[in-house]
Amino acid sequence: MQLSTRHLLGIKNLTKEDISLILSTAEQFKEVLQRPVKKVPSLRDVTIVNLFYENSTRTRFSFELAEKRLSADTINFAASSSSASKGETLLDTVNNILSMKVDMVVMRHSASGAPHFLAQHIPAAIINAGDGINEHPTQGLLDAFSIKEKTGTLEGRKVAIIGDIMHSRVAQSNIYLLKKMGAEVTVCGPPTLIPKYISGALGVNVNYNLKETLEWCDVANVLRIQLERQNQVLFSSLREYSLAYGINRNLLDSLHKEIVIMHPGPINRGVEIDSDVADSKQSIILQQVENGVAVRMAVLYLLSGRKD
Amino acid sequence: MKTILTEPQLFESTHSLAKKLSDAHPDLNDVVFVGIQQGGVVVGNDIVLAIQQINRAQKVQYGQLDITFYRDDIRKEILTPDTMNIPFAIENKTVVLIDDVLFTGRTIKAALDVLLDYGRPAKVELCVLVDRKEHRQFPIQADYVGVTVETKKDDKVKLINKEVVLIAR
Repeated sequence: MQLSTRHLLGIKNLTKEDISLILSTAEQFKEVLQRPVKKVPSLRDVTIVNLFYENSTRTRFSFELAEKRLSADTINFAASSSSASKGETLLDTVNNILSMKVDMVVMRHSASGAPHFLAQHIPAAIINAGDGINEHPTQGLLDAFSIKEKTGTLEGRKVAIIGDIMHSRVAQSNIYLLKKMGAEVTVCGPPTLIPKYISGALGVNVNYNLKETLEWCDVANVLRIQLERQNQVLFSSLREYSLAYGINRNLLDSLHKEIVIMHPGPINRGVEIDSDVADSKQSIILQQVENGVAVRMAVLYLLSGRKD
Repeated sequence: MKTILTEPQLFESTHSLAKKLSDAHPDLNDVVFVGIQQGGVVVGNDIVLAIQQINRAQKVQYGQLDITFYRDDIRKEILTPDTMNIPFAIENKTVVLIDDVLFTGRTIKAALDVLLDYGRPAKVELCVLVDRKEHRQFPIQADYVGVTVETKKDDKVKLINKEVVLIAR
């Protein structure tokens, strides 16, 4: 089996079979990560550049570790410390890097569609590590992997995505993926942070009431309030947001069942999620991070073979 | 298509290999058995079952190993990995690798690479059902062999429906 695509630009253009293949391959890589030697030689003839035009801790480390665990050669690029700050265009930067015989590009950019643009102009395989407010496909995949690992299946699973849906590429990738795999999705947050088109265009339920949403779901994926992406005031204060949409222990204890809590990080403790929830047994936040490496290894491995 | 081992002959071979292994390793605490995906696991399942029948006092330790991520021809085609399951420590143990067909030796070389990522075994032995001796590309020989057959390089030798067959090209 092979993926139907030579780039991973988003979940939107993956098939259900692609997603299943990535998730099942990731299971085998997760086994690799439990071994005394957590490394396989699969990509020892492959060179990968990590092109980060936007800040990242988790995703960049996770990709870098995945690459090293696959024995690939890696180079890292951070826009702030490069010639991009001297005015070099994206395409020029990438073509210069590729002339040094690089096979794959992992890329994060603040402009939605930047990796799609690049894919049309360069021969290397491109993996989107987050583009603007569009998609963050490997986060969607690792979230799905974690849900499947914890609860056994995605089919029919009720997943709530809570918080800033408007600015969230994580939400978008999660919705595309969960819908393709047969899960039910409800988005929940203040009306100002939920786009009007979302229920029609993406086929999700919208509920502005947090308690009702939590009562409905099996899994709650709590998103970060993205202060850096808000040019306008969409809710009056963090304190007010936290009162209406923050997940706390009392709220979870008032439910009639135990739900699984997820968060893509970084956490704003005390805003969208309280510490005693984030650090509780219900939370799989750190498993998500662990699974991220295995899922990214699967993506890199499956895309590495196609040097066409 | 030519049959190399019929179903009764395959049964006979498997049991004779199990007997040899059992004689060589009377104490099953110091030895672990590892089948190589996929054919080696099919053969390994039967061999391990037979060893267990010979030595009922001790439990056979048996795992499955997949070489997909270690193939030296990985760039030709990206293959989907099989399940890897080594549920015991191999440190200072004797590991008996089991495969269906020994041909170029490249699979065994990759399997040795995988094995060493799990620890440092005291000794590694190789048990194969069919040996295509004249086609070796690495200095690798089996310690326990079911049958040795003469084949052409382009032939395929496969375990299909409890028979070992040769498919000529």
